[in-house]
Amino acid sequence: MTEPNQENIARRQLLIRGAKAAASIAATVGVARWLYDPKGPGAKNEEVGFLGTSVKGLPDFSVPRKDGQIISIVKGENRAKTVSKAIELLGGIERFIKPGDVVVIKPNVGFATPPLLGATTHPDVITAVVKLCYEKKASKVIVTDNSINDPASCFTISGISKAASAAGAQVIMPKDSYFSPLTLAGGVLIKDWPVYCAPFAKANKLIGIAPLKSHHRSVASMTMKNWYGLLGGRRNVFHQDINNIIAELAMLVKPTLVILDGTVTMVTNGPTGGSVSDLKKTNTMIASCDMVAADAFGGTLLNLKPADLPYLAISEKADVGTVDYESLKPLRAEVT
Amino acid sequence: MKITTVRRINQLFFFALFVWFCIVTTVGEKFWQIRNWPINWILQLDPLVALGTIVSTRKFYGPLHCALGVVILTIIFGRFFCGWICPFGAIHQFVGYLGNRGKKVAEKIRLNIYRKAQCIKYLVLVFFLGMAAFPSLAGTLQTGLLDPIPLVTRSFQLVLLPIFDRSAYLTSVNARYYEFGWLIFAVFATAVLLNLVIPRFYCRFICPLGAFLGIISRFSIWRIGKIKSKGIECKMCEKACEGGCEPNGNIKIAECVLCFNCRDGCQHHHIAYKTVPSLAGETQVDVSRRGVVLSFVSGVIVAPAIRLSGKVASNWYTGVVRPPGALAEPEFLKLCLKCGQCMRICPTNVIQPSGLEGGFEGLWTPILNNRIGSSGCQLNCVACGQVCPTSAIRPITLDEKRGLGDFVSAGPIKLGTAFIDQGRCLPWSMDKPCIVCQENCPVSPKAIFTKDVFTTVRDGVVSIKQVTGNAIEIDSSIPADKFSTGDYYVLFEDGSRCKISSNTATSVGIAEAGSSLRSVSEGKLPAVTAGKIEIQVRLQKPCVDIEKCIGCGVCEHECPVSGQRAIRITAEGETRSTDRRLLL
Repeated sequence: MTEPNQENIARRQLLIRGAKAAASIAATVGVARWLYDPKGPGAKNEEVGFLGTSVKGLPDFSVPRKDGQIISIVKGENRAKTVSKAIELLGGIERFIKPGDVVVIKPNVGFATPPLLGATTHPDVITAVVKLCYEKKASKVIVTDNSINDPASCFTISGISKAASAAGAQVIMPKDSYFSPLTLAGGVLIKDWPVYCAPFAKANKLIGIAPLKSHHRSVASMTMKNWYGLLGGRRNVFHQDINNIIAELAMLVKPTLVILDGTVTMVTNGPTGGSVSDLKKTNTMIASCDMVAADAFGGTLLNLKPADLPYLAISEKADVGTVDYESLKPLRAEVT
Repeated sequence: MKITTVRRINQLFFFALFVWFCIVTTVGEKFWQIRNWPINWILQLDPLVALGTIVSTRKFYGPLHCALGVVILTIIFGRFFCGWICPFGAIHQFVGYLGNRGKKVAEKIRLNIYRKAQCIKYLVLVFFLGMAAFPSLAGTLQTGLLDPIPLVTRSFQLVLLPIFDRSAYLTSVNARYYEFGWLIFAVFATAVLLNLVIPRFYCRFICPLGAFLGIISRFSIWRIGKIKSKGIECKMCEKACEGGCEPNGNIKIAECVLCFNCRDGCQHHHIAYKTVPSLAGETQVDVSRRGVVLSFVSGVIVAPAIRLSGKVASNWYTGVVRPPGALAEPEFLKLCLKCGQCMRICPTNVIQPSGLEGGFEGLWTPILNNRIGSSGCQLNCVACGQVCPTSAIRPITLDEKRGLGDFVSAGPIKLGTAFIDQGRCLPWSMDKPCIVCQENCPVSPKAIFTKDVFTTVRDGVVSIKQVTGNAIEIDSSIPADKFSTGDYYVLFEDGSRCKISSNTATSVGIAEAGSSLRSVSEGKLPAVTAGKIEIQVRLQKPCVDIEKCIGCGVCEHECPVSGQRAIRITAEGETRSTDRRLLL
C-alpha cells in the first residue's frame, strides 16, 4: 500500500505502524516481566523431602517391634532353608509382608563377580525371599542396587538378575534420573546428597540382604554397610569418615527386615574377594529387625569384637539398635 | 517393478540392516542385544577394509573373506556396492534428493555434470595405500579415516545412537560419553551437508572405497551406456545421475554407481545396461599418472613423517592405554579401522576414541579413559576383542585375559600399571583415611595394599589439664566430635595408644576399660594426670604391588579425587609391548 515516493507518511500507515510498535513493546515488557528474577542464582532452594513429599529422609519401612523376636540365627548350609527358618523364627513372613505390599529388596550387587566368589548377595537367598514375599501376596517385589562396577554386568554376572526375574521380581538398574537429593535430619554427612529414591516411590516394605565380608577400611561389610548402595554421586568421598557414614545410613534407612548371609564369609581380600580361597564356610544365616545387633553378631564370624567396628557404637548412640545382641535373646536353630 | 524401485528397496534394506547391527552392538541376552548377530558383516563386506589390511600386513584376515565376493561381483557388474548396498551412500543419495527437490531440470543436470575434481578420490585412495605400503618405513592403516563403512559405523555407534538414545537408554543403562565424538560428528555432518552443494559429493570426490571399486570395475562385463550413437540431446538421463558420470555423452564408467536413474529417466529408451560399451563412447578412470605417483609417494613419505613425533617409539604418550588383547602399537596401527565397534560394545564405556595423544595416526583409535564410564575395564569381560573386525584387538578368551587355565604361566594380560600420585592422595598427603582404591581392586590377592601408620594431626600435641575416669581434659581447644570417628587415637608419653571414642572442644574420651567397646588390643589407659598427649590419626596408605597390578583402572575410576585422580593407569608394564616393561 505504501507509495514509495510519497514525501509524507499517510495517517493511516502511521497509525497501523504505531499500533504494531506498541504491541511489540507491550510483548517485550510482558516477557521481561514474566521472566524477571530479581535475586539471580545462588539463593538456596528450600530443602526438598523424599521425592517431593514432606517426608524428610527416606520413609519408615519398619514393622512394630516384638521383644524376643528381634534377631534369629540359623545354622546350616542350605541358604533357602536357613533363610526361611530364620524368618519363621521371627514370626514368619506374614509379620513383615501384608497382601498388596510393594517390597524393595536391596541386595549387595556391588561387583561383577560370580556368586561362587561371595562378593555379592547369593542368588539363592534372593530367590527364597522373593518367593516368600509373593506367598504372602505381595503385589510387587523389586530387586535393586546402585552397583560399584558396571550395573548391567553386576546384575548379570552375580546371577541376581536371573534369580530375581525367575522368581517374578522386577529388577531395576540404577539410572542417573533415579537419584534425588536427600538430607538426613541430624546428619552431618548426608546433606543434600543424591540418594537412590526412585525405586522406593511406591514401596512400603524394604528388606536388606547382605553377604558377610571383611573390608579393609570399615573392617567388616554387613547389613549396615549394604546401604552404601543407596548413595549416588561421588559417594567415595565418604570413605574419609567410614564409621559415621555407615551410622548415618543406618539412621536414614529404616528397613522392614535385614538378612545377613554368613553361609560363607569373605575373610580376606574383601570386599571384592576374587578367589574362593578368600572365603570360609561359616554356615550361618541371620535375620534381624535390628541392624546393629545383626552386624555385632556377624562380626563374631570374622572374630571381631564390637570395639573393632566403631560404627556399631555410633549407631547405638543414635538409637538405631543394640550392640549387645545377646540381650535381645536371639532365636537360634539349625537346619540341615 | 522398475529397477530403480528395486534399488531403493535394496538400499533401504541394507541401511536398516546397518542400523539394526548398530543397535544390537549392546552387551546382553535379549534379541535386540548382541547374542550372535553378525554385527561386523557390513564392515567385512567392505573391500577397502580387506585391501587396506592386506597392504599393511601382507595377509588376508579370514573373517574379511566376504569382501572377496564384493570384489568379484564388482568386476562383473560394476560399482553396485555404492549404489545398492553402502549405507553411507544411501544417506547421501537421500539427502541429495531432499536438497535438490523442486530445482529446475536444467539446474539438476548442471549439478550432475562430470567434474575433473572427481579424480581426487583416486588420489586419496592411493595416498592411504602409500601410507600403509611399507611397514619397514612406517606402515600405518589410515583408510578408516575416510573409508565410508568405518566412517558411518563410528558416526552411528559413537555419536548418533548415544544422542538419540539419550532419554530411552535402550542401548545403555546411562548416558554414554565419547571424548572425541564431536570431531566424528563434525566429519559426518560435513559429509552429509555437502550433498546440498552437489549430490553425493562424498561419493564423487572423496570416497576411497568408491575409487577402488571404480578402478576394478574397468573390466565389468555389464555396463551402462547408450544404445544409440546419435540421440536426442534431451539430457534427461543426467537429471538424477548419482555418480556424475555423464551417461548422455562419453560415459565415465568408473564413476557410475549403477543407480539406473539414467535408464529409467530416458523416455526414448536410449540407455541400457548391456555388455556392449556405450555407443556415445566410454572413458575409464580419468586420473593423471603424475597425480597417482605423486599421491603414492606422498603417502609413503607422510607415514614416516608422522612417526617423527616418536609417539610409536620412546615418546609414547602415557595416556595411550589400549584395550585388553590389543596388538603391540606398530602392529595395532596396521589394523585398526577406527570403526568404533569396541567403544560401542564396551559395557562400561571406558574405551574411547582417542584424539591426537597417540600421534596423528592414532586419531579415533581405542584408548581407555577411566574417568569416563561406569567402572574401568571389567575383570570378567572380553567384549572388545570379540567385536574387532580386523583383530587389531585380538579375540581373547576370559582365561587368557585373567591368566587362568592354559594361560597360568603367561599370567593375566596387563593393560598398564597403576601409579599413586602421593601429592593428591588423601592418606598420603592430607592425613585423611580413604583407601577406596584398595577396596575396589578386583585382583586376588589385591594389587593395592596398605601401609598402616599413625600420624599426629595438625596442632595435635596438647597438654593434659586433668584426667577424670576415661575423659582427658586438655588445655587447648579442638574441634568437637572431629576425633570420635574411630580413626583417631591418643598417644601417651609412655608410648601407649588408645582409640578416641568421643571428644568435646576441650576433652577426649577413651572407651571404658572392660566395656565391649574398648578393644583390649588397644592398650590400657596409662595412669597419667599431667604431661602431653598427641592426637593421632590412623592412616592406611595405599601402595601398588606392580607384580599383581593388571592396569584395569577400577581404582582410578573409583578414586574420590575426582579431577585428576590420585591413582592413575599408564601403559608401563603392558603385556602387548616389551619396550614399556617395568619389571625385571
